[in-house]
Amino acid sequence: MTGFRLKALGLSALLVLTACSDSEQAATEATDAPDGQVKAGFIYVGPVSDGGWTYEHDQGRLAVEAEFGDQVTTTFVESVSEGPDAERVLSQMANDGADIIFTTSFGFMNPTIKVAEQFPDVKFEHATGFKRADNVATYSSRFYEGRHILGLIAGEMTESNVVGYIASFPIPEVVRGINAAYLAAKSVNPEIEFKIIWVSSWFDPGKEADAAKALIDQGADILMQHTDSPAAMQIAEQRGIYAFGQASDMAAFGPTAQLTSIIDDWSPYYIERVGAVIDGTWESGDVWGGFNTGMVALAPYGDAVPEAVRSMADEARAAISEGRLHPFTGPINKQDGSPWLAAGETADDGTLLGMDFYVEGIQGTLPSAN
Amino acid sequence: MTDYGLLTSILHAILVASTPLVFAGLGALIQERAGVLNLGIEGLMIVGALAGFAAAIAGQPLGISVMAAALAGALLASVFAFLVLKCLSNPVATGLALTLFGLGLAALAGAQYVGRAAPQIAVWEIPLLSDIPVIGPALFSHDPLVYLSILVAVCLWWFLSFTRGGLVLRAVGENHDSAHALGFSVQGVRFLAIITGGALAGIGGAYLTLVQTPLFVEGMTAGRGWIALALVVFASWRPFRVIAGAYLFGSVTILQLHSQALGLAIPAQWLSMLPYIVTILALVLISARGQGHRAPGSLGQLFRASR
Amino acid sequence: MMQFQTRAETHWFHEWLAVILALVLTAATAAGFLALLGFEPQSALHRILIRPLASTYGVSELIAKATPLITIGVALSLSFRAGVWNIGAEGQLVFGGLTGGAMALALYGVDGFWVLPVVLLAGAVGGLLWGAIPAFLKIRFQANEILVSLMLTYVAILLMSVMVHGPLRDPDGFNFPESRLLHDAAILPKLFDQGRGHIGFVFALIFAGIGTWVVKRWHLGYAMKVSGLSPKAAHFAGYSRDTTIWLSLLIGGALSGFAGVVEVTGNIGQLVPTISPSYGFTAIIVAFLARLHPLAVIPAGLLVALSYLAGEAAQLSLGIPAAMTQVFQGLLLFFLLGTTVLVNYRILWVRAV
Repeated sequence: MTGFRLKALGLSALLVLTACSDSEQAATEATDAPDGQVKAGFIYVGPVSDGGWTYEHDQGRLAVEAEFGDQVTTTFVESVSEGPDAERVLSQMANDGADIIFTTSFGFMNPTIKVAEQFPDVKFEHATGFKRADNVATYSSRFYEGRHILGLIAGEMTESNVVGYIASFPIPEVVRGINAAYLAAKSVNPEIEFKIIWVSSWFDPGKEADAAKALIDQGADILMQHTDSPAAMQIAEQRGIYAFGQASDMAAFGPTAQLTSIIDDWSPYYIERVGAVIDGTWESGDVWGGFNTGMVALAPYGDAVPEAVRSMADEARAAISEGRLHPFTGPINKQDGSPWLAAGETADDGTLLGMDFYVEGIQGTLPSAN
Repeated sequence: MTDYGLLTSILHAILVASTPLVFAGLGALIQERAGVLNLGIEGLMIVGALAGFAAAIAGQPLGISVMAAALAGALLASVFAFLVLKCLSNPVATGLALTLFGLGLAALAGAQYVGRAAPQIAVWEIPLLSDIPVIGPALFSHDPLVYLSILVAVCLWWFLSFTRGGLVLRAVGENHDSAHALGFSVQGVRFLAIITGGALAGIGGAYLTLVQTPLFVEGMTAGRGWIALALVVFASWRPFRVIAGAYLFGSVTILQLHSQALGLAIPAQWLSMLPYIVTILALVLISARGQGHRAPGSLGQLFRASR
Repeated sequence: MMQFQTRAETHWFHEWLAVILALVLTAATAAGFLALLGFEPQSALHRILIRPLASTYGVSELIAKATPLITIGVALSLSFRAGVWNIGAEGQLVFGGLTGGAMALALYGVDGFWVLPVVLLAGAVGGLLWGAIPAFLKIRFQANEILVSLMLTYVAILLMSVMVHGPLRDPDGFNFPESRLLHDAAILPKLFDQGRGHIGFVFALIFAGIGTWVVKRWHLGYAMKVSGLSPKAAHFAGYSRDTTIWLSLLIGGALSGFAGVVEVTGNIGQLVPTISPSYGFTAIIVAFLARLHPLAVIPAGLLVALSYLAGEAAQLSLGIPAAMTQVFQGLLLFFLLGTTVLVNYRILWVRAV
C-alpha cells in the first residue's frame, strides 16, 4: 500500500515539476507565425466532418487560406464542448500567437468575452452572439431570409397542406426560422399546417430519421429541418416526398427529394475580416448578413420545382436582397392572438434576435414558453 | 409503404428504431452470461457501423456488408479480449477505453465517407403474413436484418437453454472457479463470447448505417451502446427480454415523437425523458415482483487459473 | 507458453515500472506516428506534452480540468470497492450543478461570505438526492443500480436543458439558453493569478485524503469492501448491505454533485445546457486507473486531464484531428491497464509440453 502512496505523490510532483521548470522558457518562446503573417484561429463546436454547421465554417477557413495564400496561417480546434473547455482552448490559441480568432457557436460567447479581456491585442469574432467589446465583434446570418423562400416553395408545392418541421432546441434562431417559413407558406397557401417535432439534439441521425418518419406518417409531404444531419433528406427520398436541406447542399442524399437547401456561406465574411486584420483596418462591429452579403445562399432548385415557383422564389429573393421585402412584415399576431406587428410594420432586429414565441396559426407549445 | 394506417406506420418505425438495440443488447448479453462485463459496446457499434457502410459503398451486397461489420466488431473486441483475458486488466476501465478508442478510430477512418449515401436495402415481404391487415405490413415487411435480429435471439435462447455449450458458458459465468475445476477452459469460453458479442454489436451499429439512416458521420451511435447495456440488466440477462426491453424503449421513443407532431401541449424535453423514465419504472415493477434475476455470479471478475 | 503467478505482495517498484512502461509505450507509439506524419518527434512531443504545462497558466488549467475527475474518481473508487455500480455519476454531476447553480441565481446580488458555502452545499445535496434515487430503488425494489443511475443521467441532462431554456434563462439574454453570469459572491476563489485553477482542487485533494483514511483506517471502509467482495460474508459479519448501498450512492452523488457545482462556480460562471464533457464517465476510467485507491486517483486524474490538454495542443500546433486524440487516449489507457499485469503477477515462460 505504501507503494500506492509513493506513486501517487511522486507522479503528482513530477507533473507539477516538469511544468514549472519550463515556465520561463514558454514566456519567451516565439509565436509560430513568421513576421508579417497573420494567424487566424477557429474553434468549432462539432467535428469538421459533420457535413453541416462546422463543415461550412471550415470551408470558410479554407477559403481564407486560398484567398490570402502565404499572408495567413490558420489553425483550428474541433469538437470543443460548450461547457468548461472553451475558455482554455481560446486562451491557448491566443497564447499561441493568433491575431484573430473566430468562435463559431453561441455557447462560446462568455468564454470569448472573458478571454478577450485578457488579450486586448487579439481580435475576436463570435458567431450568433450579442456581447461585443473593442476587440470582440459579432456576426451571424439572417437565415430566416432563406427560410422565407423555403416557406414559399413549400406552400406552393405541398398537396397535403402539411409541412413537417424537425427542430433541435427552442433557441430564438430556430423559432425565427419556423415563424418565417410558416408566414411565407401561409401567404401563398392559407390552408397550410405545420407539424413540428423537437428532437432535443443538433445531431442524432437515427432520431432525426425517426422524427421524419413520424411527420410523414402524420401526413406531411414536405420536410424542413433545423438539425444538422441529412437523415431526414434520405427518409424523404425513400418515401418519395420532398424536403429542404440544412446548412449545406444535401442533394447527394436526396437527388429527387431536395427542393433546395439553405447554405451557410461564411467565406465572404471570413475573407473580409481577415483581410481587415492584414490591412490593419479591423474594427469591432456587428454584422447580421443575409442574401445581400452572400452569407445566406440557396442550393440549386431540384428538378421537381416548377418554373412558376422558381421565378416566384427568385423574385422574393431579389426583393429581400434589395431591401424591398422583409419576411416579418405586419399584420402579424402572436400565437395567443395578441398583436405583434401592425399592418406594414416590420420587425426590429432586437425582437427577432430574442424571438421566443410562435406566430398565430402555428399549433403546439413552444418548449421554452414559461 | 404509403397507404398504411398510422398504427401500422408506428409499429413499423418502432421495429426499425429498436433493432440496433436488439443486436447490441444480445451482443452484451452473451458476454455477460459468460461473466464478462464489456462497457465498450458503443465503440464496437460505431466501428461496425463504419465497416458495414464502407462495404455497402464499395458495392457489396447486404450479406457481405453485414459480415464486414461483424468482422470489424469481432476484431476490435479481440483487443478487449487480449487485455482482459491475457493481461488481466480491469474489464470496466478497459471497456470504457475501448469505447474511446472505437469512437476515435471510426471518426478517423470514416472521414472519407462523410457526405456519401449508401444504397437502400430491399424489403423482404414475408408471403401471406405480410398480407394480414395492419400488423402484416408493420411486422412482416422489413429489411432482412430485422428478421435476423429475432433469429439471433431465438438461437441464443436455444443455445443457452438447451445445449451443452450453453451450459458450459453459463457455468463459466456463474462460477468460473468451479467451471475451471470441472475442466472447462474459462478463458477459451470467454474469448469466444467476447468475439461473438463484438460481432453482434458491430451488426447493431451497421443497422444504423445500412438501414435506419444510410449515411456515416462520427459519433452517430449517439449513446445507443449504453442503452443496450442497460437493456441487458433490464432483461435480467435473458434473450427474449432483451427484445422486449428494446421494443419498449423504441416504442416510447417513437410515440413521443408522434405525440409532438399531433401537437400535444407538453414541452418536448419532458417527452424526451420518457423513454428513460419508463424503462426505470418497468424495471422497478419487474424487480419488485421478484421476476428480476440476479446477475451471473462471476460477472466482471477476472479469472486466473490457480496453479 | 506464458503463465501467470500471483505475487504475494505488490511491490512499489513494479507499480512504477508498469506506469513508466505504459507511458513509454504510448510516447513511442505517438512518436512513431508523428514521424510517419512528417513531424520531428521530439519537438512535436515537446509541443504537445510539455508546452501546455510550461507556465503557471498551463498548470492552473490542468488543475481545473483534473478537479472534477479527481473529486468523482474518489467517490467512485469507494463505491466500486463496495461492489455498487454507480455508472451515473455524470447525471449526479449535472443535477448538482443545476441545484447549486439555481441556488446561486436565487441568491443573485446577495453579498456575504456564507453565499458560496450555501451554493456548494446546494450542489452537493442535489447530487446526493439524485444518487439517492438508485439507492432507494435498489434497496426497496431490488432494481439494478447500473440501469437506474445510467438512465437518470439522460434525465438530468434533459432537466438542465428544460431549466436553462425556461425558468433559469437570463432575462437580458435574448432568450438564449443560458443563465445570467453568477454574482461574484458565488464564484470560487482562484489559486493562481492565471488560469482557472480554483480551490475546488484543494477540496478534491482533501476528499482523496479522507477517502484514503476511510479505506485504510475506518471500520466502515472495511465493511464496504467486505460487502463488495462477498455479500454473504459481510452479512455473517454483521455488516448491513443496505447501509453499504446507501453510503456508496450517497457519497457518490454528493461528491459528483459537488464536482458539478464546482464546475459551474469555478470554471463556467453561469448555467449552460452542457456543463460537463462527460466527466462523470471519464472519472470511472480514472478510478480504475488508480485501481480504486483514493490517493492514486490524484495522479490518475492529472494524467487523464493532461491527455485532453495534449490533444488540444496537438490540434492547435500540429493540425492533428480530434479523433486522433481519442485514439491515443484509448491507446494510453490500454497500455496503462495492460501493464498492470506486471504488478500483480509474475510472468513465467514455460516451454509447452
